[in-house]
Parts: sequence; C-alpha cells; structure tokens
Amino acid sequence: MNLEQKALRALLNIAESIYDQLKNGMIPEVEISSRTKYNIEFDEESEVWVYGDRTSTRSAKTLKGAYMLLRMAYVMGFFKDQIKVNKSSTLRELYYISENWGLAKFDEQSDSDRLIEDLEILTAFQREHFHIRPEEDGATVVGPIKIREETRRGVREIHCQDDVGEGGYQIPVNVDRLEFVEHDARFVIAIETGGMRDRLIENGFDENFDAIIVHLKGQPARSTRRLLKRMNTELGLPVVVFTDGDPWSYRIYASVAYGSIKSAHLSDHLATPSAMFIGIRPSDIVKYRLPADKLSEQDIRALNAILTDPRFDTDFWKSEVKLQLELGKKSEQQALAKYGLDYVTDVYLPERLAELGVIKA
Amino acid sequence: MTSKHREISIAEFFEKNKHILGYSNPSKALITCVREAVDNSLDACEEAGILPDILVKITKVGENVFRVVVEDNGPGIEKEHVPRVFGKLLYGSRFHAIKQSRGQQGIGISSAVLYAQITTGKPAVVLSKTDGGKACRFEIMIDTKKNEPEIIREEETEWFSPHGTRIELEIKGSYVKERKQSVYEYLRETSVVNPHARITFITPDGEIHEFRRITSEPPEPPREIKPHPHGIEIGPLLAMLKTTRARDLRNFLKTEFVRIGDRIGDEIILKSGLNPKADPHSLTREDAEKLLNAFRLTDLLPPPVDCLSPIGDRLIMKSLMEGYSPEFVYAVTRKPRVYSGHPFLVEAGIAYGGEMKEEKVTLLRFANKIPLLYQQSGCALTQAAVSVNWKNYGLQQSKNELPVAPAVILVHVASTNVPYVSESKEAVSGIPEIIEEIRLALQECGRRLKEYVERKKTIQKRKRKEEELLKIIPLLAEKISEVVEKEPIDHEKVIAKIMGKVYIARSASNGRAVIEICNFSNSRKRFRIYEMCDGGINGDRIAKWDVEIEPKDTIRIEYEFNGKHVNVKPLVQGIESDFIAGAEVVRFESGAEGTEGFT
Repeated sequence: MNLEQKALRALLNIAESIYDQLKNGMIPEVEISSRTKYNIEFDEESEVWVYGDRTSTRSAKTLKGAYMLLRMAYVMGFFKDQIKVNKSSTLRELYYISENWGLAKFDEQSDSDRLIEDLEILTAFQREHFHIRPEEDGATVVGPIKIREETRRGVREIHCQDDVGEGGYQIPVNVDRLEFVEHDARFVIAIETGGMRDRLIENGFDENFDAIIVHLKGQPARSTRRLLKRMNTELGLPVVVFTDGDPWSYRIYASVAYGSIKSAHLSDHLATPSAMFIGIRPSDIVKYRLPADKLSEQDIRALNAILTDPRFDTDFWKSEVKLQLELGKKSEQQALAKYGLDYVTDVYLPERLAELGVIKA
Repeated sequence: MTSKHREISIAEFFEKNKHILGYSNPSKALITCVREAVDNSLDACEEAGILPDILVKITKVGENVFRVVVEDNGPGIEKEHVPRVFGKLLYGSRFHAIKQSRGQQGIGISSAVLYAQITTGKPAVVLSKTDGGKACRFEIMIDTKKNEPEIIREEETEWFSPHGTRIELEIKGSYVKERKQSVYEYLRETSVVNPHARITFITPDGEIHEFRRITSEPPEPPREIKPHPHGIEIGPLLAMLKTTRARDLRNFLKTEFVRIGDRIGDEIILKSGLNPKADPHSLTREDAEKLLNAFRLTDLLPPPVDCLSPIGDRLIMKSLMEGYSPEFVYAVTRKPRVYSGHPFLVEAGIAYGGEMKEEKVTLLRFANKIPLLYQQSGCALTQAAVSVNWKNYGLQQSKNELPVAPAVILVHVASTNVPYVSESKEAVSGIPEIIEEIRLALQECGRRLKEYVERKKTIQKRKRKEEELLKIIPLLAEKISEVVEKEPIDHEKVIAKIMGKVYIARSASNGRAVIEICNFSNSRKRFRIYEMCDGGINGDRIAKWDVEIEPKDTIRIEYEFNGKHVNVKPLVQGIESDFIAGAEVVRFESGAEGTEGFT
C-alpha cells in the first residue's frame, strides 16, 4: 500500500467511526488535540514543540460541532474521490468547491484550511497525501547552492546564483521532491521582509559571506520552513533568522525554530530547532540607538501573550520581551539604514553572526 | 361636634366650589357620582363580609341630563340613618375612624346628592333594606343652609333583594366612552383591584358590560385602630378631646391613642407642660397645640400595621391576567410601612406581552382600591413609576417618562390615611416614604419581567438550535454512509437523544421481533404499544403492551409473529408525538381487540 492509500485508509477510519456512532444511536463525536499554546510541549527527542495530551471533543450535540462533522464528512468524501481519479487541488479550490455543499459549505477559507489541518492531526498524514496543496507563495532562495527540481516539464538543475535573476529561485510547493546537488554555503539566513532581502542581494551579501538568503515573506509557508529544515539537517548548514523587532516577527522566528501552534503536528517535519535569532532584538534598539515606533495596544497584548507562550520560555526571550515592554518601542529591520545602506551588511550582521558563532570575528 | 355656623358654610361652600370635590366639568361629574356610590357599596360589603354584586345603570333622560342608578347587595342601612347618610355632608362613621377605607372624608355620597339637587333640582331616591327588615324608599334633598337632610317622601315598599341599597340620582352631566377617563374605565379598573366583586354596567346605549368576579374570597375587612400621636392633626384632636369619655388628660392619652402607655403618657404630659389631671373637655385650642408639639418631641413605636387590607399579589396577577390577557404577569405586595404616624402599604404589578401593543405603558393607579383617573402627571404614583430606570429591565424609556412596552403597570397604595393632593381624591402627594416603597415594588416587578424575557430568549435560541441540528444530523448520516459505502443509517435515535425524546425501534427476522424503547427524556413515561401482523402475534392479529419507562432506561420487548407486519413502525398510544421518535402515535377506540398486555 502506498502512502496515499494509507492516508485514505486513515481517513476512512475516521469516517467509519462516525458512521458506527450514528448506527449505534450515539451522538457522533471526534476527539482531537486541542490546538492552543497551552497544549504544546517540548519533545526532547526531536527538540521541537508538539501537541500535548489535551484533547477537545467535537460533538454533534452542539451546532458548531455538528457543522464541523458534516463538513468533515464532505471533505473526506471529496478527498476520497480526488485520490481515486488521481487529481489534486489547492486549498483555495477546495474552499470554492464547498460552495456546492449546501449546509456543509465553508464560510471562509480559513475554516476549510483549519478543517484540513484537523484531518492531518486526526490521520497523522499531511494534506499533500490527500492531494491538497497550498498556493505557491513565491518565497525565494538566492545563494551558492545548486538544486535539482523535477518539474512538470522535466528535470532541471538550477544554481541559485548563476541560473537565476535577481528575483532568485522560487521555492516549489513540494520541497521533498528537490535534491540538493552541491553548495559552497557556510550558513543560511532567513529574512522576513522583501526590502531587507533586496538590500542584502544588492550589497552582495550572499557572495561576500557565502550565505544562502531565503526570503520568508512574512509568516513562512510550510514549503519554506521545510526547505530550511532540509538545508539544516541534510547539508549541516546553520540557519539564522533576521526579522523586524516586534512581537509578530518573534512569532515568525518561533514557527521556523520551534514549530507553529497551528501545525504543531508537523513540527517534526518543519521545525529547525537549531535556528538562531539574529534580530532585531529589543536590546538592539538600545545598543544601536535605532529609530523606533511606539508599541500599539495590540503589540503590547501580543508581547504579554509571548510571556506565557511555552516556546518562548527562555531567559533570552523573557528578558528581551520585558525590556521591550519597558521601552514601549519597536524597530524595523530597515531602521538600520539610519547609519547608511551598507551598515547592515558591513557592521550589524557581521557583528551579530560573530556573536552567534556562525562566522569568525 | 361641629357648630351650626360651620355646617351651613360647608354646604354653601360646596355649592360654590364644586371642582374641589370632583364636579368640575359635566363628564367628570358623572364619573364622580358613580364613583361615590360604588365606593360606598364596596366599603359596605367589605365591612359586612359580603361578596359585592353591583349594578350601575346610566340612562339619558334629556339633553345633558342623566339618571344614575347604583344598586348593591350590601348589608343595607338602618332606616333611621338613611336620611343623614345621604342628606348631610360630613356625616358618617368613617370620618374619625382610623382604618383603610375607600371613602375617607365623609363627604362622598351626600356630595353627589347635593350635585343632583343643584343641577336638576331633583331629590335623590334611596331604597335600602337590611337583612330581615322591610325595604324603605326615601326621596331626600339637602337643606344647604342647615346642612340637614330634607325628607320629601318616605315609605315602606317591597324589594325582591334580601338586603342592599339602591340610589337613583338625576344629574346634569355628559357621558363619554372609550376614553381613559370614563365611567367604563373607572369600573374596569375598579374590578381589577376588587376581584371579589361582580360589577354590571348598563350604558346609556343599552350595552351591558359585565366585569366578572374572579375570586369568591372576600378580602379581610380592614381593622379599625386608634390614631397614632404622630399622625393626628389639630382638628381631629380637638374633636377627640370633646367626645372622649376619659376624665383626665393622662387617661385620655392612654385610651384614645395607640403606642401610649403610662410611661410615655407621662413623658408627653411633662413635655407639654399641661396638668395630667386636667379634664380633656376643658382643654383649649392652645392646650391642644401644646399637646401636639409634645407628640412631635416624643419618640414612639410606629403604629400597628395589621389594620391594612391589601389586594394581594396573587389576586392582582389573576386580575391582570383576566383584564389584559398578557403572556407574563407578576405582582408584589410589600410589607406595611409608616409615614408620619400613618400605616401604609404598596402593591405593584406588571402585565406584559400577549395581545397588548408596543406603546407607552398604561399606568393603573389605585389608592385604597379606588382607581385614580385624573391628574396622572401630578401624582406620586406616576412620579415613582417614571423614576424607575426601566432600561435596566430591558424596556425602552425616555427620561422622566413611562416606559414603552406592550405592558400595563399597576400601583396600589393602601393606607389609613392616603395623602391625597385634594379632596377630590384624584392624586396622591409625593411622600418620600411612599415613593420609595413604590419604586422598590416596581423594581422587583422589573427584575422578574427581565428574567422572564431573557428566559424566553434562551428558549427561543435553543429551539432554533434544535431545528438546525435536525437538519444537519440527517445530512451527516447520509453523507457519511456514502463515504464509507455502507447502508444508510436510521438517524432517528440520535435525534431522539439530542432532543430528549422516547425512541422506539423494531427489528425483525425469522419470525422473531424485538422492540427497543429508550427514554432519553428527563421524566418517566407511560404509554401503550401496538403491533399488527397479517399472520398473527401469539395467535391474535393485534398485540399490545403497556410500557412504563424511567428516564435513561432502555426496555426490550421480544415476541414471535407469523406473516408480515401490517404497520410499518410500532404504533403507540397515550403519548404526544412531540415526545416520541421512531413510532407512530395513534388513537384507538377503547376496547380494541388484542391480547392482554404484558411487558
């Protein structure tokens, strides 16, 4: 039985459990790991954060639960048909397909995305196994590495400096089909904003420091995180993350390094526990006297939430977040331009990379 | 008790100041005449413990001239008292009696007689009969100079009624209908607070309205109490000093007032500077004022409060139900309180929803069980009602106005001395203690109303949820069967479980059948199940079983049968279809054939 067949079997097991409950006159329910920050725990073996023992029961006793089960039945039916005829669809397409499902129709795409994640958790398979893929999110790679990709038009070997334009190599949806051919890199740097990525490329950072520059495009897609993980484990390259200095950016780092709360069931597959945080750290605002904005109400709430997030339960993060709350300020990556356009590549990054031991001072 | 000079002035005074007593315009005058007579009837019946049966008949006899007849089944009036009751102002036992009664000033019915006399020149015709006595018929006028009754005619006559009083007046007036201030409205509101009374009203158009009696229990008659020193005024005090049998002041205080014992009496006399041995009859007006002052300076227990006669919360609710057909009703009777030496108590009620329209609520005001129809805005009852923040209880309200809601609010103040704004008894003055009590009573009504409305909302919400679930579960069952490629599921049991019903299912194979009965409700259920087979069940065509099942229990009935079932689902009898799933509810004629029941 191939992986797809196994995934389908797992899916049908859930369907049969619901069927049997109904058949026996029981109010149908499914039990699923609860997906909150209070139910993630550190897995010593894999060094990533995964779901704990807490579960929540979705029962048809409540309207919400009944709708969830009905939609789940429709989604399972759809997956089954799709696997049978060997077709695939995107998350967004599935959402639109549900338009025809009457009461089972989804109100928003986030609802259907979430239900698919639920099915991943329940079956311990990934959406790709059900022939569901995300939209290309356009995250890119530039750096001294050659990648072999099986495209729909044959196998391509691409060097991410020599064979690409300034836009770089676009990360495909299924990273597991890539092969790393060769590389001259010393480390990987993942960058939150497009502006900073462009700055590094214009300044020749990838060439000068033998760095692979990966653009995260905000909260990174699974494919981007998977690529980082593979470069880290298969090529042994250190991964550093460079973001803005605000709570939302710290969460970006956390999802790269520790795994996200929403998809902790895939942490093993996606998280890079050894990924290091370069900045912008709140202490950088003081140290480099960076131009800063006032924290908004939401920022403050998000910072306080981080203080109770088990993934951030380290001395480094506790002291940095508390400092930021005291300062009442946040800074962007590009605030470093205060000292000139080359400052980030000539001074800030070398200093920080040396501090982290990624390069020698 | 009163000098001749004062008597004359009272009758003449009335003639010139009709408005003070409620005769300011023709339509109001008509209502006042009816009111005075009906109040008297209700009071008399109450005192005698009789369930009142009152007839009010108004006939038009000329342009703006009406004949008013009010007839009751009360105890009747002793023959010798009749002329003075109807023909002398300020006569009557009630004037000095300290108790809750409708008529309080003793002007009442004689003012109506006088009004008739002034406007039409016709005497009042009074018929009265006491139990076992003969009926007497009087034609009475009032000598306004002397304030004495003038008997035009007096005769013994026959009356079918065993006892009662009937008064007939011919007055100038005007009859209005369908208005807040009308004879009809007055009688309707009177019946609301006198649920023990039956009132029949025949209008000038010949229509007959009957306000039904909804309780056959007459109210406890109010008890008379002696005055409380803090509640007495100079006039009555002077009268008491003149009429007392006490020989000295000390004794006078002890016997004529409540809450004065030897010690308090001595304290008062000391404070007044009067001689305890003084003859009360010899005391001057100045002495009386000294005494009053001493009363004020002395701390006293409040008066006893068991002399009041409330309508009662249950009867108010019943009356409001009867009169307005609301969906919710609540009423509260507060504990008696005291203001300035006078006991009083407050009752309030609210009727909500049903057939009423969403508009500014009608406020029904009552004092000592008589409806207050006029001067709504100048009345303490209104002030208290508008000062309540009804928004807290989910009603719309503009500042200092009555709320807007499909509702009626009732306020009743009972007291031995209702502080009316004027002699015409149309509005209660703003005594802070009374206003506060009304507010508390209304707030309680408001809280209950809010609870009701919120409970109703949750029930509606739950019902909507159940309806939605009823749509989803079958869809889920259908889809999931399709996904797993198995036979369709009977989802009725699941729905029965969610909805808390009794679920019945039959399975049959090889001539054996099993009926499974699950009670998912919260109460014990009893019913009968029937099954029919063309080949017979245990030898009969129809089999029946009597079932009694506790909540959460499951019962199984097994039986053997021949042939095929005639009925698709088991048939049940004795339970409503709302409570059952998986079976069909039937009604069999009694004595249906079949085997004897077993379970």
